[in-house]
Amino acid sequence: MPEQMGMIKNSLFAIVLTLLFGGLVVGFVSAQQPTPSDDQVNAIAKQLYCPVCEATPLDVCPTQACAQWRELIRQKLAEGWGDQQIKDYFVQQYGARVLGTPPPKGINWLVYVAPLLFVVAGVYILFRGFRSWRLRAQQTAISSPPSPPPDGEAGLQDDYIKQVEDQVRKS
Amino acid sequence: MVANLGYGTLLITFLVAIYGAGAAFYGGRKNKPAWVDSARNAMLLTFPLLTITVVAILYLLINGHFEIQYVASVSSRSTPLYLRITSLWGGQAGSLILWSWLMAAFASAVTLRKWNRDREFLPWVILVCLVTLGFFLILSIFVENPFVRLWQSPTGNITPAMFQPAGLKLYTPPDGNGLEPLLRHPGMIFHPPMLYLGFVSFVIPYAFAIAALITGRTDDRWIRITRRWTLVAWLFLSLGLVLGMRWAYDVLGWGGYWGWDAVEVSALMPWLVGTAFLHSVMIQEKRGMFKQWNILLIIATYVAVMLGTFFTRSGILSSVHAFAQSAIGPLFFVFIGLTLIISLSLLFIRWNDLKSGVEMTSMFSREALFLFNNLLFILAFLVCFLGVFFPIFSEALGIIGQRFPALAGIFSGQKVTVGPGWYKPIIGPIFAGLVLLMGVAPLSAWQYSTAKTIGRAIWKPYLASMVVVVGLYLAGVHNWLAMLGYWLCALALFVTLYEFWRAAWARHNAQNQNILEALWQLIGKSRRRYGGYIIHLSMVFMALGIIGLEFFQTQTQVTIPQGGEISLGQYTIKFDSLSVFDTADGRNVARAVMSVYKDGKYVGELHPRRDYYYESQRPLTIAGIRSTMEDDLYVILVDWQPLSTSAASFKVYHNPLVNWLWLGGFVFFVGAIVAAWPVREPEKVEIRKMVPATANARADGND
Repeated sequence: MPEQMGMIKNSLFAIVLTLLFGGLVVGFVSAQQPTPSDDQVNAIAKQLYCPVCEATPLDVCPTQACAQWRELIRQKLAEGWGDQQIKDYFVQQYGARVLGTPPPKGINWLVYVAPLLFVVAGVYILFRGFRSWRLRAQQTAISSPPSPPPDGEAGLQDDYIKQVEDQVRKS
Repeated sequence: MVANLGYGTLLITFLVAIYGAGAAFYGGRKNKPAWVDSARNAMLLTFPLLTITVVAILYLLINGHFEIQYVASVSSRSTPLYLRITSLWGGQAGSLILWSWLMAAFASAVTLRKWNRDREFLPWVILVCLVTLGFFLILSIFVENPFVRLWQSPTGNITPAMFQPAGLKLYTPPDGNGLEPLLRHPGMIFHPPMLYLGFVSFVIPYAFAIAALITGRTDDRWIRITRRWTLVAWLFLSLGLVLGMRWAYDVLGWGGYWGWDAVEVSALMPWLVGTAFLHSVMIQEKRGMFKQWNILLIIATYVAVMLGTFFTRSGILSSVHAFAQSAIGPLFFVFIGLTLIISLSLLFIRWNDLKSGVEMTSMFSREALFLFNNLLFILAFLVCFLGVFFPIFSEALGIIGQRFPALAGIFSGQKVTVGPGWYKPIIGPIFAGLVLLMGVAPLSAWQYSTAKTIGRAIWKPYLASMVVVVGLYLAGVHNWLAMLGYWLCALALFVTLYEFWRAAWARHNAQNQNILEALWQLIGKSRRRYGGYIIHLSMVFMALGIIGLEFFQTQTQVTIPQGGEISLGQYTIKFDSLSVFDTADGRNVARAVMSVYKDGKYVGELHPRRDYYYESQRPLTIAGIRSTMEDDLYVILVDWQPLSTSAASFKVYHNPLVNWLWLGGFVFFVGAIVAAWPVREPEKVEIRKMVPATANARADGND
């Protein structure tokens, strides 16, 4: 039993030592981590818009205010914030306009759904158009058969070449 | 004195426009040629009158009359002469005058044409042009008057007013604000006039379409008359867009050319719908189909022109509140609304007259492929409209959330940004579809083409395009979206070249001509067809540049000490030195000298700089660009240490193939000139006699 207690004590000591040492190493490493690079900052700033300028992404905005906002991103990154956290922070501070695309909620859904509706409507209109033309063409064909293409189907592509040759001969 | 003269002629022009519009309406309605002639004279008078107004503004700008509010806001003592001239369109008031002046020039030019065969159109064309002109003159006279002076009260308050308010004295500021630094680039000097030329010249085909609706002459005569006008309008609009892109690339300092911001998209909208119109009219000319659709398209183009001007001029893009503060927004809103109601009512009245009995016989016929082209252009237009309009719409709907708190979650009224992240995934596939159509449609014939005939014609260019794809894959391009884009470009390129080759080869064989001579004569004989193909080639070049930049652009930003290096791809850029100095024209310039090495070999020097304009207190970033057909190296001086020039931050972009975009712009210009070049009438008649009616579609070069 005392032997067992001794083993547990030793294990606990080892765990505590490991944790302590590990913690020290982690702390040392994190303290040594370089400041987030300009590229890391720009990767997030690129997804945000300047809160005060008109239609200018934050990564390229030349104003002093934007330089400070980029520094803020750097600071947040250094504090260990993630991309999404930083973006959320900017939205909270300056509103949804800092995002490059409208956040998908409320009326904003319209901007994502409408293009799909445009496509569906366009395709539907064309489909209806082609169907009605085909039906009418078939009706016309029953009453009076259509004249065949000028040189038959296979000759269509060379039709233009023939015309060019004809023109040349006659000119 | 000069300001009064300018303002006076502006007022007289407005009165002349009102008279002319009234006379045209009365003369057209009652069929009284004398009144129509009088209206025509009124139309012709507007141009010299507005020229006096423009000269007056230029005089004030050139001579630095800073007592004029507009002059003080866009120029200064240090502004060089050429920029004082271009300051005419450096601000809102001057831009509107330029719009009116160009409108008067184009409308006068069209009234000078021979009207023998189409005299019934004349009064209505004049009416539409003068009403449009009159509307812009209202804006200039009552809202954005460029001749407003500055007046000072005894207490020192400055009041802008056209005429002297009681108790106030004329105030001349010691200096003006100077032209906005961003507007000093050559691209921006020519970009607005080009864009406006495009805008105003689209009014001409619209005016003829309305004339056709009013007179009931619903054949394709109005289209044939305005064919060249439409092409010229399209040429100017396209050049305006390309110049704007180049300006953005050089001046805005973000390594790109198109940011999908609302102002850019507003200018793109008329282009999209105008391009659809340009293709669609050919269906009516060849097959007599889609008469209603073409009228609808030109109405949409006109409305898009007005909307584009409205969006950029009303302040609505910054905020719905700005819209309400200026009278320009509501006036535009009413004008566009009335235009739409009247135009659509006229179309509705003539709807049955515009029906055609001709049927579409094949989904692969050229007319069907043009219809797909129209669908894609209209989709792109609607997407752009939504993108520009939605932020205004969602902000304005906030009022519902305020009134009904239960709905506040849906209608928050929060301003949102619709940026490239939204546009690109939607517009990208639409443009890819258009490039595919450019690769297929030239091989189709009117009426009869089937999948089989197109398949037979396309296999050679298709194989060639696949060779390109395999080559790219072997060269290490593995992005499948980019590969798809390059395949489409290659297909469109080879189909277009194949079309040139086949016809030139036929001529060469038939007449034993040198192949180049045969090609030259071929283009000369069918300018519209081959001009169109050259434009297709230009679009392929542009697409190459766009794909290169969109998929393969790389960038990095680094702060380095003097002598330090930045590496990006094959390039190494060495920071040699940085100097900061003042210039005589009121700038503080920070200029870096960078040595560029490609694969370790010295290839040249770049000088990125930052100009700070003291008078406007605005910085301007001028990138250092090394440009080749393979790629651009684009270096921006981002920052430097305040008290030292020994370290600085640089942003470096590697933009593959972007030069193809500008080359495409140049080729486009050539193609549009070829297509719009006047055709000698006798030659045209001769060809028409020679070619059988059924085959006319392909031989006349009007595809």
